[in-house]
Amino acid sequence: MATYDWFFNALGLRDWCDAGTSEAPMSMADLLAETGNAVEEPFYAIPFPSLDALNKACGQITQTRDIVKGLEEGFLAIRPALRTILDPITQPLSWMLDGTLYLFTQTPWFLIMAMLLLVTWYATRSVSVMLFNAFCLSFFAFVDHFEPAMETLAVILVCTVISAIFGIPIGIAMSKSNRLQRMVIPVLDLLQTLPTFVYLIPLIFLFPIGESRLYGIAITLYAIVPIIRLTDLGIRLVDQDVIEAGNAFGMNARQKLSKVELPLALPNIMAGLNQTIMMSLAMVVIASMVTAPGLGVLVLRGIRNLELGVGLMAGICIVLLAVMLDRTSKAALSRIDRAKSKTS
Amino acid sequence: MLKNTPKIKLRGLFKIFGADDKSVLPHVQNGMSKEELLEKHKHVLGLQSIDVDMQAGEITVVMGLSGSGKSTLIRHLNRLIEPTAGEIVVDGEDVTQLSQADLRTLRQEKMSMVFQKFALLPHRTVQQNAAMSLDVRGMDKETQDTEARKWLERVGLGGYEDHYPSQLSGGMQQRVGIARALTANTDIMLMDEAFSALDPLIRTDMQDLLLELQLELKKTIIFITHDLDEALKLADHLVILKDGAVVQQGEPQGILLNPADPYIEDFVSDINRARVLRIRSITNPLKSKKFAGDVEADDNLESLIALSEGDTALTYRVMSDGEPIGELNMRDLVKALVPRISSTQAA
Repeated sequence: MATYDWFFNALGLRDWCDAGTSEAPMSMADLLAETGNAVEEPFYAIPFPSLDALNKACGQITQTRDIVKGLEEGFLAIRPALRTILDPITQPLSWMLDGTLYLFTQTPWFLIMAMLLLVTWYATRSVSVMLFNAFCLSFFAFVDHFEPAMETLAVILVCTVISAIFGIPIGIAMSKSNRLQRMVIPVLDLLQTLPTFVYLIPLIFLFPIGESRLYGIAITLYAIVPIIRLTDLGIRLVDQDVIEAGNAFGMNARQKLSKVELPLALPNIMAGLNQTIMMSLAMVVIASMVTAPGLGVLVLRGIRNLELGVGLMAGICIVLLAVMLDRTSKAALSRIDRAKSKTS
Repeated sequence: MLKNTPKIKLRGLFKIFGADDKSVLPHVQNGMSKEELLEKHKHVLGLQSIDVDMQAGEITVVMGLSGSGKSTLIRHLNRLIEPTAGEIVVDGEDVTQLSQADLRTLRQEKMSMVFQKFALLPHRTVQQNAAMSLDVRGMDKETQDTEARKWLERVGLGGYEDHYPSQLSGGMQQRVGIARALTANTDIMLMDEAFSALDPLIRTDMQDLLLELQLELKKTIIFITHDLDEALKLADHLVILKDGAVVQQGEPQGILLNPADPYIEDFVSDINRARVLRIRSITNPLKSKKFAGDVEADDNLESLIALSEGDTALTYRVMSDGEPIGELNMRDLVKALVPRISSTQAA
């Protein structure tokens, strides 16, 4: 006899419950109970009236495993429809990722190093940052981690660019419309608070494993949040007096955006970009579980096979890469701030 | 007084801040006070039944304490704030009826504005800031540069073209603000507490600069201030606002001599009347035969007191453009120096 029999008896549902249920024992516990030597259970062992517990008392109640199965089936049912829409939209992402990965791994090491250092110089005009970057890149190459490091960098680069391409316009639109802001902010909160593993799950179903857009989307969804938020904030924080001056001199909306709002919001937007880069890096390591290439794969190998050294070495490289990206983007940001308030 | 049609004409202008301003407008038109409106309908009264004419080529000063609606008023002229009711006629055209595109054209070509907090673009150089209005209009780079340079030179900022606003002092930044307004080459200049953020010495400099420019350019200037000395120095036409309504308007000397109500009397009681009042304002018709001397009508009373060495028995002949226009007895002068304060008399 199950704990909650009395409930269904009291409601007079006994006949309905027993209808169509076989007398055969359903689980090991039932089987044990049927052997007859069931002990009277103490009162504190009373189970929560969960689906499974209720099912024992009444065969008509579904079990939890059926609901889990239902979820899966429902998801699989809408999958073809979703894929017809999402496949063509996200295809370019795969191409971009594959192309950039190819470029970063196939270009000779000296060329790619020179290119990266040149970009660093152009962005920061800082000798110390450039020296630090040169040291890091040489270190990766010296310990034979240059290729995975470049893979990671390539993925970060693509995902950051995608985040900026979509994030900045969304941020601008949000700053212009309070209604849109109210609608988008909960989505951003959700993206930021969801444990990163959780949104890998639906993505695995939606896209075939092995296609690079799978991790590309996962990383972008995670990393796009700060740039949207800070673009919105930056434009909303632009001095109202200056905007009023723009209005008073007859600027139209486009002129105001390009001549006043975006330039004045630039430091905030750049801060958002810095955050986006750092979050891409964090996610690219986790996304190695869904085939993202790079240093994350080595970390994963370290965890899976208990190869401590492999994991640690990859970890050191990730830390260096993180510091490198952070220093470079921060130096670029402070250069913009300096240019804005030239005091020389 | 015969005057041409005014450049800017405000008729029955009302502004009520709030979600449903049109529906509470009748209450205000029926004389509901600001406090009552706020309490009963949760709307804030900004301006009420403003009728002002602003003549071409004159400086119209709108004065009032903070909260009197003066900044709201000036923002109606280029419709940075939408009126609740009323007409704003500029050059015979009702600004309230303009489409957004026409309104932008009006702001680009007819009115320029100078702001209390300068409102310069921090990421642009002084020259680019000065050229802003031309840039907005899509003029070519060369015109922008020559015009901006010309006006920067004119306001005394030659040599600072390539600096950034943050490198300049407040007074210099406001010169850029004025150059920006002048470069726009508009008939009308709106100046919203343009000198209020500057320290007193710089402020005097800027006032002198404005008067000097005005002598040459003859723009229609609407100047907002809370400082009576500044108002009296600059104004051809003075409008005094209180609680969003015009308390008194007219020639500043007239307001000084005949304040319309206790509010204005309190206002004018603190100023140095001898320096502000002109002989012309208190001249009587010619009666006497003998005069202690001739004085210019546009001199202030201070200079006459110095001339008479304090002797109140004398009578002077008042001259204007070489013609005698009347006489002034020193005793009348002393009377004019005593502020009329009805609020204390009434008490």
